[in-house]
Amino acid sequence: MDTIVAAAALVFQPYVLMVIFGSAAFGMFVGAIPGLTATMATALLVPVTFFMDPVPAIAAIVTATAMAIFAGDIPGTLLRMPGTPASAAYVQDAFALTKKGVPEQALGASLVFSALGGIFGTLVLITSSPVLAEIALKFSSFEYFWLVVLGLSCAVFISPGSPARGLISLFIGLFAATIGLENPAGAPRYTFGSVELMAGVQFIPAMIGLFAVSEVIRGFIHRTDPGKPPKTSGRGIISQQWQNLKRYPKQALRGSVLGTAIGALPGAGADIAAWISYAVSKKFSKTPEKFGEGHVEGLVEAGASNNGAMSGAWIPALVFGIPGDSITAIVIGVLYVKGLNPGPMIFITQPEMIYAVFIVFLLANLIMLPLGWIAIMSARKVLSIPTRVLMPIILMFCIVGSFAMNNSVFGIWIMLVFGVIGFLMEENDIPIAPAILGLVLGPMLEQNFVTSMIKSQGSFIAFFERPIAAGLGIFTIAVWMLPLMLLLLRRRRAGRTDAASAN
Amino acid sequence: MNFLKTATALGGLVLMTGTAFAQSYPDRPIQLIVPWGAGGGTDAVGRLLGGQISEELGVPVNVVNRTGGSGVVGHSAIANAEPDGYTIGIMTIEIDMMHWQGLTDLTYEDFDILAIVNTDPGGVMVSADSEYQDIESLLEAIKSEPKGTFNASGTGQGGIWHVGLAGWLISEDLPPDQVTFVPSQGAAPGLADMVAGGVDIVPSSLAEGRSMIDAERVVPLATMSAERQNAFPDVPTLAETTGSDWTVAVWRTVAAPDGLPDDVKETLEAAVEAAYNSEEYQTFMQERGFGLRWAGSEEATQIVADDDAAFGEVMKEAGLAAE
Repeated sequence: MDTIVAAAALVFQPYVLMVIFGSAAFGMFVGAIPGLTATMATALLVPVTFFMDPVPAIAAIVTATAMAIFAGDIPGTLLRMPGTPASAAYVQDAFALTKKGVPEQALGASLVFSALGGIFGTLVLITSSPVLAEIALKFSSFEYFWLVVLGLSCAVFISPGSPARGLISLFIGLFAATIGLENPAGAPRYTFGSVELMAGVQFIPAMIGLFAVSEVIRGFIHRTDPGKPPKTSGRGIISQQWQNLKRYPKQALRGSVLGTAIGALPGAGADIAAWISYAVSKKFSKTPEKFGEGHVEGLVEAGASNNGAMSGAWIPALVFGIPGDSITAIVIGVLYVKGLNPGPMIFITQPEMIYAVFIVFLLANLIMLPLGWIAIMSARKVLSIPTRVLMPIILMFCIVGSFAMNNSVFGIWIMLVFGVIGFLMEENDIPIAPAILGLVLGPMLEQNFVTSMIKSQGSFIAFFERPIAAGLGIFTIAVWMLPLMLLLLRRRRAGRTDAASAN
Repeated sequence: MNFLKTATALGGLVLMTGTAFAQSYPDRPIQLIVPWGAGGGTDAVGRLLGGQISEELGVPVNVVNRTGGSGVVGHSAIANAEPDGYTIGIMTIEIDMMHWQGLTDLTYEDFDILAIVNTDPGGVMVSADSEYQDIESLLEAIKSEPKGTFNASGTGQGGIWHVGLAGWLISEDLPPDQVTFVPSQGAAPGLADMVAGGVDIVPSSLAEGRSMIDAERVVPLATMSAERQNAFPDVPTLAETTGSDWTVAVWRTVAAPDGLPDDVKETLEAAVEAAYNSEEYQTFMQERGFGLRWAGSEEATQIVADDDAAFGEVMKEAGLAAE
């Protein structure tokens, strides 16, 4: 109880509340602009958080991402251009409602069920993470090795596009992670005698490059005119959702649960959660034929799901220091900078910080309702900002952020190099998220593998000797086998139908 | 008319630079480089001292973290700066090891060491679940069991606690790798791994294990110092128990690039000493459980040089030095 009071004292300060409000507005703005993702909102916020204490810094990131994920629905609904990949799953339905002349129905459903999903995910985060942390205290390098492998595998197999493309992306990230001196042997790799390269690829500039600079390049090369968004009225945005909740209680709950669970899986985040939930909703619906024609049911479920995933992703991030998605990958970097090393120890050494994060999560999802309403009302104006004004401003933020990380010009070079890499990747449909996870988890993978081998004196069996490690290992191998099994199953079924038709 | 204006302006400029020269050091902000990440112990020491030095000298002191490369990047940035007193930094014990490892040519001789402001002796810590709850029985088991039975962790390969452990084993007439060293990213992950049952011993400073000791998950068995530590009066020294004379301690210094002008050096030394003696610094260090230790420029340079030689010997014997 004392910790909760101490945590509340950390959060309910005018400065922190101001930061929450400001970053909420910022997240709304970034999310509402097509092409600018929630991850990018986080990336652009990071340099600003350098000047803050830990609690407001985390509050800024949590609030901005929660807002950006909802706000991504706004251009999706009005212009059929999803603001973030997480809202791409149900953009068809939302835009169909706009064509029917009732965009506020779609937006209201997204808003209210986003908030509900987010709150559900937060409650799971609050109740499960201290328990998990107690278990995680028993984790040694063997267990962490399997967790990292599991995270990387999920990132590859569940990523949009083919697993082959996911693997390419993953290896780009893993390679970048080998540069420098931070490896178990402390030996310089790929440094070519440069002192700056000994520090390796700094994560934040690389990530700003991959997510933000690449988007600036794309904005410059493919100039598109988003067109004029239709007018929205505030009528029924909130009030109508009461009926939706009464009509689709099961869908809202299922979306929240599934979203949180997918988010909690290391390596899978909000966009994947939304796609899966939309598919599940359609499968179990009484009226699947209405999906895609402007039906609210899928919106309710997937909208709750992507915000649930956002909260769920923090569970592995806080408890194990293993990011649940690319946003929490950035967050982990920020936590280290602030001296709050994520992992089970933080629950013992600084519990008030953890509870402060929980309170911030609840606040962020509550403040979403009034601010979201304002955002819907003012969407027209935000969507009319020309790209040629926006992109230079974003580039400026990128440069400042990359420099501020380590006060060195070298950070700007890293940003530019990764900007070009990110642009080339996206142009060739190679997803970026696996590369980010590779960059963050690469050193952990190597560290835990090498130290495990030292401890076991070179025996691989040790990876299955401890009970938790054995369980995780078997589960990971099952994940690898799953696509193979599905393939075999499909072949057999196809073979059977062939045989049937031949008869 | 224009010519007159320009002339006056130029004259004014010359006068102004003249006064700037006449004005004594310092007349502009000082940069203080910390070679380790924000939020860590060295960063905290740097920021606190920086604030006090700023008050002492009346100019802003900007703390800059230049991290990475196991400290090589930040130490290089300090040593390669202009020795004009406007760039100083926190030099840490890694300077006495990185050149033996062959990572850099940089040594303590590339710095003007102003003072040592903190030391923390190494210790021997085990998990609360360990079957060895005193240092004598632990040493006995290390001696009698085959090589590699015990694991230790707490720094990177060739880091200070790796060297500290090897030095202790050598002093007990054991091979330096009798206990296998498992590299980690610092004392905290090493301690976490020990509590999880991954390793048996963490030979880091007791200060780093303080929160885990308080939570009764870690037991301190000994301190590698000549006398018991004030913060841990119940923990015996190695000399009292096993009879080993081995001592090791990490230190943090305030240092500048080599070749400071004498008057600048004096001003800085006085400012650092005042900062060390400030109430803020003293209370902060006690609260965090860091060891307070003052050594002025000459004594500090001697300590750093002695450690450099001692670590070189141990690292060569343990096979940690580059050929």
